[in-house]
Amino acid sequence: MIGYIVRRIGTSIAVLFGVSIFIFALLHAIYPSPAIDVLGPRADTALIAAWNKDNGFDDPWILQYLRYMGHLFQGNLGYSYKLNQSVASLFGEVWARSAWLSGASLVLSVLIAIPLGIYQAVRRNTIGDYAATTVAFSLYAMPVFLLGLILIEVFALDLHVFSFEGSQASSLPSIIVDLHAMTLPIVTLTLLSVAAYSRYMRSSAMDVLAQDYIKVSRAKGLPERLVLIRHLVRNASLPMVTLIGLSIPALLAGNLITETLFNFKGLGLLFYTALQNVDYNVLLAYTLIGALLTIVGNLVADVALTVADPRIRLA
Amino acid sequence: MSSLTGAGSLPPLDLTRAPEGGEIGPVQSGWRLAVREFASNKLAVMGVGILLFFVLFSFVGPVFYHGNYLTSNLAATNLPPGAGYPLGTNNQGYDGLALLMKGGQAALEVGFMSAVIAIVIGALYGAISGLAGGIVDAVLMRVVDVFLSIPFLFIVLIVAVRFGASVLSLSLLIGAFSWLVPARLVRGEVLTLRVRDFVAAARVAGASQTRLIARHLLPNALGVVIVNVTFQVADAILYVAALGFLGFGLQWPNQDWGDLLSNGITYLQDGYWWQIWPVGACIVLVVMACNLIGDAARDSLDVRLRRR
Repeated sequence: MIGYIVRRIGTSIAVLFGVSIFIFALLHAIYPSPAIDVLGPRADTALIAAWNKDNGFDDPWILQYLRYMGHLFQGNLGYSYKLNQSVASLFGEVWARSAWLSGASLVLSVLIAIPLGIYQAVRRNTIGDYAATTVAFSLYAMPVFLLGLILIEVFALDLHVFSFEGSQASSLPSIIVDLHAMTLPIVTLTLLSVAAYSRYMRSSAMDVLAQDYIKVSRAKGLPERLVLIRHLVRNASLPMVTLIGLSIPALLAGNLITETLFNFKGLGLLFYTALQNVDYNVLLAYTLIGALLTIVGNLVADVALTVADPRIRLA
Repeated sequence: MSSLTGAGSLPPLDLTRAPEGGEIGPVQSGWRLAVREFASNKLAVMGVGILLFFVLFSFVGPVFYHGNYLTSNLAATNLPPGAGYPLGTNNQGYDGLALLMKGGQAALEVGFMSAVIAIVIGALYGAISGLAGGIVDAVLMRVVDVFLSIPFLFIVLIVAVRFGASVLSLSLLIGAFSWLVPARLVRGEVLTLRVRDFVAAARVAGASQTRLIARHLLPNALGVVIVNVTFQVADAILYVAALGFLGFGLQWPNQDWGDLLSNGITYLQDGYWWQIWPVGACIVLVVMACNLIGDAARDSLDVRLRRR
């Protein structure tokens, strides 16, 4: 198993290099140099050329890539010429807010989707199953912002229960206790993930229910409650580990749109502002971090699955 | 001639005798069975109906309904639905129903074009990878891993901001990043199919390489591809909506549903519901129709799931 994990980490590092080269080359092609941003739109070409030379922007792109990656490993993510601040400090200010929003909704959605999917599989083709499937199917077809809008309309504008804006507090503890502002963004992201996860969980649980070991445990007289808890839940939840690892790009996209809709200043909203200002160093750094999160997420999911499931270890 | 192919050694078939165990029904092609199975699924038929409605609504609708979506009319801004404006007007005085039709065109065009691009690239890439095997296969699949790890919405947004969004550029862009899943699916199919008994049987019966691919490998891998097209269309429509919502969607005079929605949000507190909910319903209905069709197509093409 150690061999497998080492090999898996090796593949991840190779993929990480491939991804970073692709992203860097693409953004470099789109936006070769920030000279105009620094020197102003009226700077003449000689001045721009001199600035590019001084700052290494006329080197071959592969050299610039290596230099960028070297800085990256030292924690230097580049400089935002639009906001006059280093990208690392920009991210440092807001990353915890995004982590709270995404983390809380991810945990909630797993806690809801697993029991819901198992309930649907055990009671399949009953009214409860049909109702849950219908709701999940509608949510699955819904763009993030539309779901957020419906929640805002109902709970913020009509019922005045929650705020239509995410928390504007600056410290993480006060954001965490600010349920008035944070409930709607968290619920928006949670419901969308539940829609996808519960459908998956339902079919996974149905597969497990058809296995012989379930029949055996029932035949030997184990109470149904124990059959479900000991044999069904644990086995049926295994594919969820992989699914969560695979859904990280979708979670990042959802985070971007939710933070924009609820005006919650996290990484997603920072990226959105950078898009409007064409602040390429922020865009580049966040895209690379997103790719890194995806690769690490998949790696962790694969390793966790190997640890949790002896059948994979033996194969 | 090898002795394996000596068909002459079998006794001639006696066609006058009834087979043991009763009559055999007429043999039908797998595709016809699949279509019949699909048509007996009420949800699938509903999905096809919804999709057809939106195709007609978006492309034939403007022939019969001439609403203004080109020149702003400041005398008729934010009107509620009523005489002359079945779905009201927006802040520019554009006709709500006409905007919906125009936005539907963009959504369906980008959806189908990007799905076709993704499927063509993906099927070719997957088939080459699966047939080649070995080191070529390994390298090609690592490339897919690399692309799958890229947060695709971020890249689409960055490129759309730089080069502007049009129906064609969005289709190319979304298609260029959505071929990965079909490529994996087709490769998987080709890998399992090429060692299956019926392929070996066909080979033993003397089928040529071309016939093997055309009659046995492709039709069997096609099911996966067809199912995936529908989900690709749904995803692409959601992507276009997200882009429009964030303000980086299609440029006037083109309209997209996400853009219409984000315009309407400004007036959420004023209660101008007609600027938001009809568009929202359109997005959800079209995406849901594609998902319904995809689910039913998967069930009807998978022989094991067929209810006999």
